[in-house]
Amino acid sequence: MQTIARTDVEDFLFAEAELLDEWRLPEWLELFTDDAIYYVPATDLAVDASPDNNLFYVADDRFRLSERVKRLMKRTAHAEFPHSRTRHLVSNVRIRKQIGDDLEVSSAFITYRTKDSVTDTYFGSNRYRLAPGNGTFRIREKRCLLDSEGLRAQGRVSIIL
Amino acid sequence: MNAFQRMNTALMVDEGKKIFKVSRQAFVDPDILEAERAQIFDKCWLYLGHSSELPKPGDFVTRMVGGRSILFARDSKGALRAMLNTCAHRGAQVCREKHGNAKSFQCFYHGWVFGLDGTLRSQPGESSYAEDFKERSTSNMQQVPRFESYRDLNFICFDRGVESLSDYLGPVKEYLDVICDQAETGMTVVGGTQEYSMRANWKLLTENSIDGYHALTTHATYLDYLKSATGALAQVAFEGSARDLGKGHAVLEYKAPWGRPVAQWIPSWGEEGKRELSRLYDGLVKRFGKERADRIATFNRNLFIFPNLVINDIMAVTVRTYYPAAPDFMNISAWALAPKEETEWARKYRLFNFLEFLGPGGFATPDDVEALEQCQRGFRNSAEAQWNDISKGMGKANPSYDDELQMRAFWSNWNDRVFRVSA
Repeated sequence: MQTIARTDVEDFLFAEAELLDEWRLPEWLELFTDDAIYYVPATDLAVDASPDNNLFYVADDRFRLSERVKRLMKRTAHAEFPHSRTRHLVSNVRIRKQIGDDLEVSSAFITYRTKDSVTDTYFGSNRYRLAPGNGTFRIREKRCLLDSEGLRAQGRVSIIL
Repeated sequence: MNAFQRMNTALMVDEGKKIFKVSRQAFVDPDILEAERAQIFDKCWLYLGHSSELPKPGDFVTRMVGGRSILFARDSKGALRAMLNTCAHRGAQVCREKHGNAKSFQCFYHGWVFGLDGTLRSQPGESSYAEDFKERSTSNMQQVPRFESYRDLNFICFDRGVESLSDYLGPVKEYLDVICDQAETGMTVVGGTQEYSMRANWKLLTENSIDGYHALTTHATYLDYLKSATGALAQVAFEGSARDLGKGHAVLEYKAPWGRPVAQWIPSWGEEGKRELSRLYDGLVKRFGKERADRIATFNRNLFIFPNLVINDIMAVTVRTYYPAAPDFMNISAWALAPKEETEWARKYRLFNFLEFLGPGGFATPDDVEALEQCQRGFRNSAEAQWNDISKGMGKANPSYDDELQMRAFWSNWNDRVFRVSA
């Protein structure tokens, strides 16, 4: 297969962040493979913990992720109505290794969320498993590892990180 | 004289006219919070943790309970210990890790070393101290004044003269039994703690945790989700009752259409799930007979233990406790409980179920957070718009799960304690 540069991965992750910040969630969902998972583990767990026997904040399969998107686009998703304003900053992008045809990628993130004159900060690292194809990528796994001690400051994770 | 001192009640109650109102000052006044600390958190039994969190000698967790820093440990003989996490010497927190396993606890400031039971073992420069220094109980880390357990749920109290935990819980024990009996070998805390917060008064979460009335509007998107997920619903209607358990404790017990890992099957769990759940159900019938087995398996329970412990046995089992940091801010900790002997299949589906509804990343809890924070914002108008109404279902012989009896039970006890009326 052809060589993939870090900048290719960065372009993709920056575009993903833009879709989230512009609340284009149905388009964002299309970035994911049909067998995709999206995880936000509790912060007192090992980085590779499984949601099958540990309590997470979020452990979505592709179906539940699509339902999360559907929910967040409704007026009755009260926590995000009116929509908060967010800014997803992505940095420290690294290609870790190749797994079959897929790439394991890590990045650091800071995401700001503002609503009702309160601004919350989420920070940590994202571990992606990306499936390259047709000159771009699809996300097979996104595991969002918060660096904060729980969600003591933010209270909830009603947006997508 | 401040506004709180002028008050002698926060309630306006008229049973005949079916009026039950709570002053919104109770949610915003710093003097009320001070009174709550003195009259409630310093005097009631408070949840510390579950025995399964400390399986081996030397295991420990540190956590804040009732404003104190507590070290909860299993000592070398296997006994559980609840200690005030402060050095007998000059007061530094001795243990600074959230959890782990230790042979002893050393305060890093001057190097005093305490055993797993809090006894002083050594201190640098021992020859400069009195000969009997180590025999003095004042040289040890202090145990909390009272520490008692029921069914592996461990509680502490800072009031040495408090009644026994068993008497305090009273009829709550019957419900704890029903919840814990779903396990044959005992319940365990699953790995992972949900730690979050709300910019809202702590009592709003008490109300919300036992509120059967808000689901249809607050949790509209969760119910939409259940409808759109193939086979996520059993053919069961919402139906049930509320009970005042005395001393501010209350419970809702009701049927609901979601799947219960012990043991209400839903089509999306497939044939494997059906076999697993009928095996569990048959086990319950064998142990307890059909009537109690049905109660354990098919009824949900939202159990509230005064002042700040919620054990919900719903689509999963959660233990949740919360403390005020300010009148308009609370910290919340939540765990998942499950039967120790549960199969991998059941554990996986239990946790998948848990996250659908529960916790700050679920499909429902974030909307509760929003609702409670919006209440707190609305209370800015409390000088003019002064009263909350919680009269739903007053006068009914059998209050429904979506009436507000359970909240009235909480508030009546809260009011008696804060305003020191003898109950």
